[in-house]
Amino acid sequence: MELFAHQILSGLATGGIYACMALAIVMIYQAIHHLNFAQGEMAMFSTFIAWQLIEWGFPYWIAFFLTIAISFVGGVVIERTVFKPLHRAPVLAHIVAFIALFAIFNSLAGFIWDFTIKSFPTPFGQQSLFGSGLISAHDTGMIVVTLVLLGLLFLFFRHTRIGLAMRAAASNPDSARLVGVRVGWMIALGWGMAAAIGAVAGMLIAPVVFLEPNMMLAILIYGFAGAVVGGLISPGGAVIGGFAVGVVENLAGTYVPVVGQEMKLTIALALIVAVLMFKPTGLFGARLVTRV
Amino acid sequence: MTDQSMTSEAPAQGRGKPVAERAGIPVGLKRAALLIGLIIAIALPFMVKNFTIFQLTTVMIYAIAILGLNLLTGFNGQFSLGHSTFIAIGAYTTAILMEFGGFGFYATLPLAALFCFIVGFLFGLPALRLESIYLALATFALAVATPQLLKSAPFEPWTGGVQGLLVFKPEAPFGIPLNSDQWMYFVTLVIGLVLAFFAVNLVGSRTGRAMMAIRDNPIAARAMGINIALYKTTTFGVSAAYAGIAGSLSAVVVQFVAPDSFTFVLAIGLFVGLVIGGVGSIPGALFGGAFLVYVPNIAEELSKGLAGAAYGAILLLVIYLMPAGAAGLVRAIVMKVLNRRA
Amino acid sequence: MTGPMTGTLLEVSGLEAWYGRIQALFGLDFTVADGGVTTLLGANGAGKTTTLRALCGMIRSAGTARLGGTDLTGRATEDIVRLGVAHVPQGRGTFTAMTVEENLQLGAMTRRDMRAIAEDIERAYAYFPRLAERRRQQAGTLSGGEQQMLAISRAMMLKPRLMLLDEPSFGLAPLIVEELFSILSRLKAEENLSMLIVEQNAALALEIADEAYLIETGRMVMSGPARDIGQDENVRRAYLGY
Repeated sequence: MELFAHQILSGLATGGIYACMALAIVMIYQAIHHLNFAQGEMAMFSTFIAWQLIEWGFPYWIAFFLTIAISFVGGVVIERTVFKPLHRAPVLAHIVAFIALFAIFNSLAGFIWDFTIKSFPTPFGQQSLFGSGLISAHDTGMIVVTLVLLGLLFLFFRHTRIGLAMRAAASNPDSARLVGVRVGWMIALGWGMAAAIGAVAGMLIAPVVFLEPNMMLAILIYGFAGAVVGGLISPGGAVIGGFAVGVVENLAGTYVPVVGQEMKLTIALALIVAVLMFKPTGLFGARLVTRV
Repeated sequence: MTDQSMTSEAPAQGRGKPVAERAGIPVGLKRAALLIGLIIAIALPFMVKNFTIFQLTTVMIYAIAILGLNLLTGFNGQFSLGHSTFIAIGAYTTAILMEFGGFGFYATLPLAALFCFIVGFLFGLPALRLESIYLALATFALAVATPQLLKSAPFEPWTGGVQGLLVFKPEAPFGIPLNSDQWMYFVTLVIGLVLAFFAVNLVGSRTGRAMMAIRDNPIAARAMGINIALYKTTTFGVSAAYAGIAGSLSAVVVQFVAPDSFTFVLAIGLFVGLVIGGVGSIPGALFGGAFLVYVPNIAEELSKGLAGAAYGAILLLVIYLMPAGAAGLVRAIVMKVLNRRA
Repeated sequence: MTGPMTGTLLEVSGLEAWYGRIQALFGLDFTVADGGVTTLLGANGAGKTTTLRALCGMIRSAGTARLGGTDLTGRATEDIVRLGVAHVPQGRGTFTAMTVEENLQLGAMTRRDMRAIAEDIERAYAYFPRLAERRRQQAGTLSGGEQQMLAISRAMMLKPRLMLLDEPSFGLAPLIVEELFSILSRLKAEENLSMLIVEQNAALALEIADEAYLIETGRMVMSGPARDIGQDENVRRAYLGY
């Protein structure tokens, strides 16, 4: 029983990472209705920027917020330069552009900062909380930050005009134009926000997994899984989905004999596919009804 | 990935319709191009080094897999980021049958195709319930899981685990004066032509029209009495069989199968090849295959340290220059020239 | 001209429009008077909806369309909206996943006067009390008639100089249509709203309109005061059915 509780708790701790990533994925999905493959690499790149700033002697929190700002601007710039010209291109071309961005960021990070792993500081400390050894101060801090971020996003989308305009642009771009919403800029803003959230995720994740150009690959897949389990359209669902994936992964790794550490990812993905079988649009998603 | 149907948002020219469907390049010109292409294809292996022959064979193998993916995505609107799995199944079927069953390569080829068809068909069943993005994730999960499954303990006695299996490369039979690279090149060429011929005929048939109707408007297709479930799962099976044949060929051409040859990177590569070649274009698959084989090398030559970035930049450039793929570009150029003359 | 017109609000001349390479409009000329209602009549596919879409910058167009002194052609939809042109599209363009009230707030997206916006929302509810009852409800759950009312209210939130209405009666029960047009008449009288209405139901449109134009295959074939057009023998036979 104690083992079980332990696994749940440490599952929640890793789940916090996935929840953070899933949140960033859902953000961009809401803005552009695409899943961005390059999201993880963008987050990794942001984290390297933070690392560089800290190396240059900036205090942690200044580096933290500066990185968020840089990432936001970077996200907007990427949308305006890379994706705006592709506006009329087929959807599949967009996905290829994501793959291109993935390759570019991964390779650039390796070129600038090389592929050796680097440790990244945590503002919360690594000491264990509640004297149990189950969950560290950093894990707790990460979960708290994710929840705060979620709350802020909720307020932004429900109670600000610009949030309303972004939702309108995503759900019905033609109608949004007809009420004067600048849809192109809303999409760019969505990219900026997603990049900023990704940066937060990266900076929170890096102290746990260490910083290196490939750190985000598996996390991105888990993040996708969390987002999809959560239904893709609900930031809250994404966070819950992320935690759920973390717990399931841990329990499967512990209790299913053939799984072990190597197969954790496979099992988690299999479970997600299973969830999709019964709830094809995720646990908190809504089926889009199209009129004929 | 997107929540909308994959291909119905094509650019302004020829909205939603794949290249092959549109009124376009005259048949005579197409035949001439095919003939010239064939002559070059037959002459090439006698003019270049063995390594180049090997590369060209690989191009054709990728093209076969992309062709299969094209039937699924381009003509039926189902999304797959997991076709590396079917290539792996095809390759391992051949390798295992040759290693443990004493089969000759040629006997394993149809078995690999059949086995992949069955697996693809079965995977198509749950896929029926999934819409685009979810299907993409499910297939991607398959691609990620495949190497891990191949390495896992229960399968290790047959798959050879991380080490993989060595595969014997067949020599030319009946004393035909060709070395094994040249021989496998021609085997692949013939199989590729047969599969392309089959694909062209499939797409032009009643079945093909039903596949496309499902892609363009599933509700209307159902109203016309098309059995959507059967068509979609069968297409998945056929598509997987193409990938399986490609896998089987690759096993003997590379003379080796190992789990890390079949990661999700391969699945994504196939997808890139599909889009670059031209969604819905059958000759485009060959261009996609060439892109997969040569562009990473070009990127490597541009800059060792920044090969990935160079690859990404080339990819972006190609997408800007030809958003409808190579096939779309070729068609646009030919039509422009023809119109000018007319 | 009927009624005390103060001048021309919208002056369109030589309007052409294309869908891709296919030309759909071939040089239309028409006007909407300040505070007046103009209607475009014509069969299916004549180019009525196309005209509205061209005016809103939703498709490629040429010619001039002057609103006050400003030419609308060649501008982006968002900018045309910001000049005070509200378009109630066919199919109503409802933001289905949002509440009724959020839809109305979106209508005022280009405005900054928060207090006046709140007042205007209440005013919209006064015109359409059914919307007031459903203000927290998802707009997608409204009936067709309610969604049309919402679309008109949303357009009013812009404080438009000109409202374009595309088939407002489409798919609605006769009783609802009557209610809708009586409110449009009130908006014209009480709010001095200028409208350009495209309607299949010609009798209804001619009732509210001051001026009418008849379009056939992208060309203007007849124009004049709505009353005269309504009495024209050919129009009666072809479009009014009596």
